[in-house]
Amino acid sequence: MSSAYMDNNATTRVDPRVLETILPYFSEYYGNPSSMHSFGGDVGKRLEEARASVQALLGVEHDSEIIFTSCGTESDNTAILSALAIQPSRREIITSVVEHPAILSLCDHLERHEGYKVHYIPVDRLGRISMEAYAAALSEQVAVVSMMYANNETGTIFPVETMARMAKEKGALFHTDAVQAVGKIALNMQESAIDMLSLSGHKLHAPKGIGALYVRRGTRYRPMLRGGHQERGRRAGTENTTGIIALGLAADMALEHMEYENTVVRALRDRLEAGILAQVPYAFANGDPEHRLPNTASISFEYIEGEAILMLLSRVGIAASSGSACTSGSLEPSHVLRAMDIPYTAAHGTIRFSLSRETTEAEVDLVIAQTPPIIEQLRRLSPYWGANGPILTDNAFAPVYA
Amino acid sequence: MWDYTDKVKDLFFNPKNTGVLEEANAVGEVGSISCGDALRLMLKVDPDTDVILDARFQTFGCGSAIASSSALTELIKGKTLDEALKITNQDIAEFLGGLPPEKMHCSVMGAEALHAAIANYRGEEWADDHEEGALVCKCFAIDSALIEKVARENHLSTVEEITFYTKAGGGCQSCHEQIEDILAAVNGSAPLPVVAAKPAAKAAPAPMTMVQKIQKISAVIDEMRPQFQMDGGNIELVDVDGDTVMVAMSGSCMNCQSSGITISGIQERLMLTLGRPVRVVPASMPQAVGV
Repeated sequence: MSSAYMDNNATTRVDPRVLETILPYFSEYYGNPSSMHSFGGDVGKRLEEARASVQALLGVEHDSEIIFTSCGTESDNTAILSALAIQPSRREIITSVVEHPAILSLCDHLERHEGYKVHYIPVDRLGRISMEAYAAALSEQVAVVSMMYANNETGTIFPVETMARMAKEKGALFHTDAVQAVGKIALNMQESAIDMLSLSGHKLHAPKGIGALYVRRGTRYRPMLRGGHQERGRRAGTENTTGIIALGLAADMALEHMEYENTVVRALRDRLEAGILAQVPYAFANGDPEHRLPNTASISFEYIEGEAILMLLSRVGIAASSGSACTSGSLEPSHVLRAMDIPYTAAHGTIRFSLSRETTEAEVDLVIAQTPPIIEQLRRLSPYWGANGPILTDNAFAPVYA
Repeated sequence: MWDYTDKVKDLFFNPKNTGVLEEANAVGEVGSISCGDALRLMLKVDPDTDVILDARFQTFGCGSAIASSSALTELIKGKTLDEALKITNQDIAEFLGGLPPEKMHCSVMGAEALHAAIANYRGEEWADDHEEGALVCKCFAIDSALIEKVARENHLSTVEEITFYTKAGGGCQSCHEQIEDILAAVNGSAPLPVVAAKPAAKAAPAPMTMVQKIQKISAVIDEMRPQFQMDGGNIELVDVDGDTVMVAMSGSCMNCQSSGITISGIQERLMLTLGRPVRVVPASMPQAVGV
């Protein structure tokens, strides 16, 4: 059966070259890089090469500014907790309403249990951050600002450079969760005002379980994990050697493919989006059309529910994901779509198609061919859909509880 | 992806009895688009025999919502209204070979739509007393709304008490932090420290035989009956299944707005008497008496 993997914002396939490169480090050179014998092989050296590759991808000045972690979530938590620890007199945090749970649930915890005041900056219908609200929230009380570089659900890109400069004026640290942006947007930390940046390996064809945190030299820092000397004492714990080596190679390849992502992948995404929207009425694309990741298409299909769409797509070999939280057991639609004020009629039926450099034209064609009949099939089952489209007027479907 | 049974998948991919039933004379509509699931159940009832001749549905919702709706229509076709009313959400879930705890609400929605449709046919008002929150205890499928309600009504302040009253937190215990947070919100204070040791006097009750248990439950209900009779109603013990006690309420209790509270009162008394968590559920919508 032909298939289409359209869920690259969730995770990517490990590049075969990456896999091949790291296998010997499981089977032959399995020594601890800290050990004084040859089973460690050239592992120590390979780790430093990997660090240099990540350094190049981010445009970082010093290799010591890169700290390897286990994932994006760990990087996010480390960054925020460190920023708070070094500035105990500043008791406020600024973030956005559309952040990843790695930031939002930490902020919620800090608010409820540690007494921090958290400013959640709203977004508009296109997912664009309110710069007015941001400017108003900034003050000398703010310890750290954490704003995602690009949104995982809609691909909307935030003006993080401008926001970082504004934070600097108030003496606040600026962190960005760039998990979705790294490898798709050219970065140059040397000329940036960003103090800390999180990335995750498995979003760019490295395996799961490896991430990194960039910390600008001169930024005071407190580790989250204490123990050994690894990562210069800033992240204790035996190095995930295979993960780090994989991330290094994946970073090299991401840099090589940056232009491809922004031309070929972008064109495929645009074709997929236009192809579906041309055939399906009462459907629309989400996010900021001007500032959006090249690989992400978020499409709302009105009057039907996302999980049902995903199950039918999956049956014809298409992997995508939904903005609907029914997939997570709660009945609330995604916090990102709700923050954007996407109506309930559409938020529940939102599907995210996320491409990668591995996506083929045939896959896009499969999605364009298979999606419209699935939407039609579910709408025929929907009490909100009649023979001629939606029925939400007069003697409309009026259930007992709301 | 959810671990759906083959039956759920089959009834989702090939749903039975879908679409508008033109000659329907009973319609039940529950849910809403903001909740993420909504169901319209349409029945064709034989006015002479009360037999459900045909049933169809339209559902906005996830895979298990559509499968539950489909299962419901299969379960009720050919039954009389009174027989159909005995179908519970558990029956729907069983018909599907089980549902993940996070998805049990889909079967609840099915049972509610059925009650709403029959109330519609009989010209009665059907009021929903059901509120849903985020799932907290995955072992016993207890959501935040229930925990909050029970905590508030019974002035509970510890996780232990919540487990005693609702079972939530009594399984893998991973949700204790969430329960503490709910308690803190309800009681408007910082979470209380977990009580480490139980007082020695509160030793585990001696094991009871099923007969002893039923006798005790029966005694409590007999004891409480006069209160119901004073209000023009009645209550009967129908069955005991493990820690689930099924009761039938009749007369004015039947449509009583506060029947939910009545049930929680009985439940409270039973737990005190038995010294273990029990759940009291209405056995079915009782038959209308004397009409």
